[in-house]
Amino acid sequence: MSRRPRASGHFRTSYAQDLKLIQTPTERWVLSAIAVGLVGLPFLASPFLLDLASQVFLASIGSLALMLLTGYAGQVSLGHAGLMAAGAFTVGILSKEVEAPFWMTLPAAALVGSLLGAIFGLPSLRLRGLYLAVSTLALHFLVVYLGGEYETRRGYSTGIVIDPPLIGGHAVTGWLAWYFVLGLTAAGTLLLCLNLLRSGTGRAWAAIRANETVAEALGIGVAGHKLLAFIVSSLLTAVAGALFAYYRGFVSVEAFSLFLSIQYVAMIIIGGMGSLLGAVLGALFVTLFPYGIEAALRALPGAQRYAGLLFAVNYTAFGLVMILFLLLEPLGLVGIWRRVQTYFLLWPFKHRPVAGRQR
Amino acid sequence: MGTLPVQLAVNILVLTAIYALIACGYVLVYRVSRVLNLAHGELMMLGAYLLLMTASQFGSHWAVAMAAAVGLSGLVGVLVYLFLMRKMTGEMVLAAVLTTVALGIGLRGATVLIWSAQQQYPAQRLQIANFAIALPGGARMSLCAALLVASMIVVYGSLLAFLRFSRWGVRMRAAGQRPLLAAQRGINLHAVYALAWGLSTVTGALAGMLIALDSGLDQTMAIIGLKAFPAALVGGLDSLVGALAGALIVATAEILLIHYVDPLLSEVVPFLVLIAMLVVWPWGLFGTREELDRV
Repeated sequence: MSRRPRASGHFRTSYAQDLKLIQTPTERWVLSAIAVGLVGLPFLASPFLLDLASQVFLASIGSLALMLLTGYAGQVSLGHAGLMAAGAFTVGILSKEVEAPFWMTLPAAALVGSLLGAIFGLPSLRLRGLYLAVSTLALHFLVVYLGGEYETRRGYSTGIVIDPPLIGGHAVTGWLAWYFVLGLTAAGTLLLCLNLLRSGTGRAWAAIRANETVAEALGIGVAGHKLLAFIVSSLLTAVAGALFAYYRGFVSVEAFSLFLSIQYVAMIIIGGMGSLLGAVLGALFVTLFPYGIEAALRALPGAQRYAGLLFAVNYTAFGLVMILFLLLEPLGLVGIWRRVQTYFLLWPFKHRPVAGRQR
Repeated sequence: MGTLPVQLAVNILVLTAIYALIACGYVLVYRVSRVLNLAHGELMMLGAYLLLMTASQFGSHWAVAMAAAVGLSGLVGVLVYLFLMRKMTGEMVLAAVLTTVALGIGLRGATVLIWSAQQQYPAQRLQIANFAIALPGGARMSLCAALLVASMIVVYGSLLAFLRFSRWGVRMRAAGQRPLLAAQRGINLHAVYALAWGLSTVTGALAGMLIALDSGLDQTMAIIGLKAFPAALVGGLDSLVGALAGALIVATAEILLIHYVDPLLSEVVPFLVLIAMLVVWPWGLFGTREELDRV
């Protein structure tokens, strides 16, 4: 999967070795440290930090799903918030109308998501690039309209309140419980994506992204794999939306504006296209960004005056940061990280030798 | 009930004018540089806010204020190309589109920072009385709506003539058809692209100003800009005549569905038309078919 060297002197000599998720002892140590840190964090951190972390986990699920679709299979989507809304509204509607429990609404949301993915993947068989982006944009407006329609028709014009889910008779409430639920789901999603990408499916997606005609000539079922990419991505996104609904305890169309779709696209750009690490870094960056802006504004003199302008400052700065990344660092945060990595891997040399070992 | 059909027809005409005026901005930029400008709605809104600014300068002369605002909008369009989109020339189309999306987000924030999020009425500042004109058949149309229809006719007439007969118009078409050949024949691509961005922003801003004069100005105007995009696509993204036809189709569908089915549909009708069009005839009524592969 990865063609890049991971450490000096580490060479892969068999395919099985190349497919291994954890390749070097250092990686094992680093990953264990991260895992221990993530498990230990909630016992030290304040509820505010836990809420932030949970938001990052939720955003990571969504951005990983979008990364699969856009970064790996090469299919553009601007309707990500619409799919999240679909998941959230499935939960809202089912728990209001038939009082369905957690273990029923979540699969239902996944089903709705994959159905929507299949339907809106269909245009991708004919359309490419811009036209596809536009059709997913239309999907967003359609889903949000249907959600709003449900809200007004049933008299939930301010939003639908959802009871916390019951697992084994215990209601999942509180920051700590949600931290672990969302963290585990995000970790599971990451593992699923890693495994999908190192299997034949992932390689088929990469081939389609590189060149559809060549992929077809290599015997890859282009139509099927494109649809599969849409279905998997939409399924994960809808589940993220459903979890979002339970986490907030509240569903309303206002939460799923076009800006949210753009935020998800921004996550995968800022994080770095074609990298799962990038999806997670992007989710981290974009989720924390507004809080950073708020903190920065508070630090300025005369903080009271800016309080009403917070969202406007946030929009302006967000647009600016997105433009800066697109112009100056198209590979995103991962691009920066790789440059640092390469610097140390090649040290004391600056460049890879031109002649010599391939890659 | 006798006046209803006439009134509906008038409403359709006005909405067509709005969508057509906005859509030609999408078409101009797309046709020349193959970039879909998703910040068009925000640029249009910026144009309307610029009118608010010039109105306080030249409050007594509405024509001067509008001319100044139109000129400033053109300048903004050229600057957007020079400082932003020029860097994206030759990049992936998607990257360019996302740049415009980012620009739109930034502009939304910036307009609130400068002019606040409250609804404002440039018509009051310019002391324009937006009276209703009685039309034959008992229908009514506001003065600004009539201005919208008139400017749609003028803008389309002059744009079509410009592209057909003028030297720069021919250059723009050439750059749109084969950028490489055009550049080799000595056409300054950057100048052509900048011109397209300028013209596109001017027409969009004009639409924005007239809508703001008619019904006030706030952040929702950017949504109107986005709703006009289906009109451009239905007609074919690279055809001006198509944009006109698309605007008519989308406006008709919207007015009729709002009136006979559900007022809430207003937000979604253009996109329903868009989906239907993408499924049946993705390259639009008058668009070039080969484009699908070129994107």
